[in-house]
Amino acid sequence: MRPPERPLVRLHVVTGGRAHPSRNVFDLVTLVAVARPATTGLTPEQRRVMELCRGGALSVAEIAGHLRLPVTITKVLLSDLVDSGHLVVRSPAPSQRPSAGLLQEVLDGLRARL
Amino acid sequence: MGSALASDGLYLGASVKTAVKILVVGHFAVGKTTFVGTLSEIRPLRTEERMTRAGELVDDLAGVEDKTTTTVAMDFGRLTLTEQLVLYLFGAPGQQRFTQLWHDLSLGALGALVLVDTNRLEMSFEVVNLLEQRGLPYAVAVNQFDGAPSYPLEEIREALDLLPTTPLLLCDARDHDSSVRALIALVDHLISLERDPA
Repeated sequence: MRPPERPLVRLHVVTGGRAHPSRNVFDLVTLVAVARPATTGLTPEQRRVMELCRGGALSVAEIAGHLRLPVTITKVLLSDLVDSGHLVVRSPAPSQRPSAGLLQEVLDGLRARL
Repeated sequence: MGSALASDGLYLGASVKTAVKILVVGHFAVGKTTFVGTLSEIRPLRTEERMTRAGELVDDLAGVEDKTTTTVAMDFGRLTLTEQLVLYLFGAPGQQRFTQLWHDLSLGALGALVLVDTNRLEMSFEVVNLLEQRGLPYAVAVNQFDGAPSYPLEEIREALDLLPTTPLLLCDARDHDSSVRALIALVDHLISLERDPA
């Protein structure tokens, strides 16, 4: 799909003037997916997020990249959409220290690419 | 490799449950974007953050004058490694002053791959210091530029003041297998650190 163009509205309008998300669970690689596809009552920016996410799961960074929004703004939008039940977090935020098992899985996955 | 896992589409596979990230760091024009592009299964994406000149993220979005802010761009890509696991690669600017950006990037990151250019080795000191300060484990890959002077790896190790245990290897960011091997060297190192913490 073709990524939507950058909106003309000022960014603080997009988030209702807020710079911080209502919940602090979003990392750049947190994965989110649609839980409830209805978009009634959503703002135009929230609709753009829902439209993008309808096709499947994406990371926070990918959503920001496709919508050409700063990550900080994207987190506010996503947070509101999770609060309202439209989106769900599919992967937990990464832990501070990766487990040995996870690192081994990454290593095996990389080796399989050679 | 024509893996059945690697989705050519925009979206992640339905069974992907875990996402991890590795930072690809280095100074301007060292090959970060090329490296990410060589490995990514999606067309690499870019995010931009507005920062103050002092390097803090702009957190009061109203009334910010452009004179006081600067935009930092990050390119990133994606590799689906298994049916459950996806790896994101973030090309990150090596400047110390982007404190908040570095905090967000390094939180939860597995580690970093530092790309260096033998033409401009001194430009890599800042990023290596930054990783040391943040305690983020790293490996160093010398990106092979056509016509760049070639030095023995031991001389480069000494010039960058790397620990004997820090992986240092040659890499061609345009080449898929060479780039995968650089990531393998990093993850091998992360596993040995996990087994035998310094």
